[in-house]
Amino acid sequence: MNQEERHTISILVDNEPGVLSRVAGLFSGRGFNIASLNVAETLESELSRITLVSYGVAQIQEQINKQLRKLVNVVKVTDFSDSDCVEREMALVKVQSDAEHRAEVLRIADIFRCKVVDVSPNDYTIEVTGNRGKIEALIDLLRPVGSLEIARTGVIAMARSKKGTKK
Amino acid sequence: MHDWSPRPPPGRSFAEGTARHTVLNEKESSLSRHNGNGPGSPGKKRKGTKLTGAKILFEVLKDEGVEIIFGYPGGAVIDIYDTMPQYDIRHVLTRHEQAAVHAADAYSRTSGKVGVCLVTSGPGATNTVTGIASAYMDSIPLVVFTGQVPSSLIGNDAFQEVDIVGITRPCTKHNYLVKEASRVAETVREAFYLARSGRPGPVVVDLCKDAMAGEVEFVLPPAACMKGYSPKYEPHKGQVKKAAQLIAKSKRPVIFGGGGVILSGASAELRTLAEKITAPVTTTLMGLGGFPGTHDLWLVMLGMHGTFRANMAITECDLLIGIGARFDDRVTGRIDSFAPHAKIIHIDIDPTSIQKNVPVNVPIVGDCKITLQQLNAMLDHEDLANVSEKRRPWLDQIRAWKETAPLAYTQCKNIKPQFVVEKIYELTRGEAIITTEVGQNQMWAAQYYHFDRPNSFVTSGGLGCMGFGLPAAIGAQTACPGRTVVDIAGDGSIQMNIQELATAVENKLPVKVAILNNGYLGMVRQWQQLFKDRRYVATDMSHAPDFVKLAEAYGAVGMRATTPEEVEPVIRKALELDAPVIMDFVVEREECVYPMVPAGAAIKDMLLV
Repeated sequence: MNQEERHTISILVDNEPGVLSRVAGLFSGRGFNIASLNVAETLESELSRITLVSYGVAQIQEQINKQLRKLVNVVKVTDFSDSDCVEREMALVKVQSDAEHRAEVLRIADIFRCKVVDVSPNDYTIEVTGNRGKIEALIDLLRPVGSLEIARTGVIAMARSKKGTKK
Repeated sequence: MHDWSPRPPPGRSFAEGTARHTVLNEKESSLSRHNGNGPGSPGKKRKGTKLTGAKILFEVLKDEGVEIIFGYPGGAVIDIYDTMPQYDIRHVLTRHEQAAVHAADAYSRTSGKVGVCLVTSGPGATNTVTGIASAYMDSIPLVVFTGQVPSSLIGNDAFQEVDIVGITRPCTKHNYLVKEASRVAETVREAFYLARSGRPGPVVVDLCKDAMAGEVEFVLPPAACMKGYSPKYEPHKGQVKKAAQLIAKSKRPVIFGGGGVILSGASAELRTLAEKITAPVTTTLMGLGGFPGTHDLWLVMLGMHGTFRANMAITECDLLIGIGARFDDRVTGRIDSFAPHAKIIHIDIDPTSIQKNVPVNVPIVGDCKITLQQLNAMLDHEDLANVSEKRRPWLDQIRAWKETAPLAYTQCKNIKPQFVVEKIYELTRGEAIITTEVGQNQMWAAQYYHFDRPNSFVTSGGLGCMGFGLPAAIGAQTACPGRTVVDIAGDGSIQMNIQELATAVENKLPVKVAILNNGYLGMVRQWQQLFKDRRYVATDMSHAPDFVKLAEAYGAVGMRATTPEEVEPVIRKALELDAPVIMDFVVEREECVYPMVPAGAAIKDMLLV
């Protein structure tokens, strides 16, 4: 009943200064953490899409969704918790790749369909895209090899199209 | 110096004699006019007319029906003040920016218009934050204009620069930073629309100095229309029907109103509902006046200092109809013991208020007035025959609770504060506008003054803001020059904004301040008495000014009563005088407000004496 659930929320907002702060302020004002946050312009330049992941019990999440809808600069709020959606995240992982580890790193990168985007005598930087689970799995595998640094984008999400309904 | 004469007969506007700015440029200020403070008129364009940002600001203010601004000037808004005399808008200069916001707040509550205030940047802006937060908690429509350094200096730690948009973000309905003259008209239009529509609230507009001085072609913008903002006034018909069915089935209903009843002007509809279904009514502090305080079905306020009968009725009811109230913790006490046997219907314009604190069976998002109209109509299709007969046992039970523990106090040789409030009620025939400070004075005012009509009780409910009452009295008196306005104050609270006596005297506003002077921060002392073994730490305020002399020093009238016999003559004389008056009632020092529900307890667990 009081179990914390993961919520991926997509928020369409006016593309104006301070809007992100209004959205983030709703969370900080209530003492909640934002697990991941992503913002970029949409096809319409006056609108931006914020994709936000947070954890909370159902009642608090309901409040947050309502409070988000109340913000003047918020055009639309979609909580993907109850619907099927596609989630993607990208990460750049700088990993140690001396002679001993090089083949292993490339093998793992190949399995995960990663791209090597930078090379130096001592390390590779690889780019990975996928859902959160895939990224976590890759990081777990690379950790023993010696991951030096990581940069993650946070989740972006989109509802899956309904299939088989068109006649 | 001041020859304070007896008060003029009711009906004469006191403000008639006060100076107003003359219209220097009739043409420019009459681009468009409409009465009242309603939605803007359609856009009009005067091709080739270039105006400064400051002039554009006033053009839109005039179009929004603004007649009065409470404010305090400074360097960043000097262009705005310089332009003001060209427009027929009255300016009330307060002595502190916080007071300007409280005054605008009370002006709004008593006039039904959007309150407006104007202050400078930096400290002027930050001084408004308490007033803005108070208005936000109480959902009062305000537009607060703050000055800002020139846009080129923003972010440079310029003199008197402060990020007021950032500071007020959590306590405004919305806020704006205006960096260009071309954005002034549209922004001001939106600000008024946002402030007054949906769940009302304060909107801050931060105006850069260069945006006020710059000139652009002026186009009066059309009524605001915003993509992501569309308040829902009409309730869901199916939900209203469900509510009507529950009401018809209920044996022990209670109606619980809040500030939303007053804000939406739903008092008449509330009364109709209560009488139609023979249900007793209680309200929050903010809802006082939303239902007649002398009605048979009136339970008085509920909650921490609510009456025994109101709190018991909530605890025993089988149906609770919450209207425009947000189930604040001062009202509910311990949540799991609040209305434990009841199904709950909750009507509110703000979806976030519903299900926030208590689980609700029938949520209805909509304007209180419209929803109650529809509910009352829907109830005509339900079987309400003999409803008053059916609910007789419930009303008998409530009567028994009233007799068990009525609101009462014991007279002694000292003045009882409750007695003062009762006398004010009696001598003003219940027709005054009562503002309050915060604390015991506020609770006694709520308990012992019986409000028969809305917008007559003006108090800082949600924020509980000391220093509210005197500036609020000034705002109320400005809006209602013909009415008696009394600030029921404590000796602690009044000292937080007592400098506003100067504003009252200067503007010839005959507000009456009744200080219930017990030499303590009374409510905190009461908590220390009841819950901290009488350890009175930092609540003794007996080192205070002589309030009579202080009133005289400001050019007002001061009077004092030290015995119960002196109370009536002092109030009588104060009401007769056409002047601001301070009445210093030296009251019983350790009197407590009862009933009292200890913080976190169930509302049925009241301390009665």
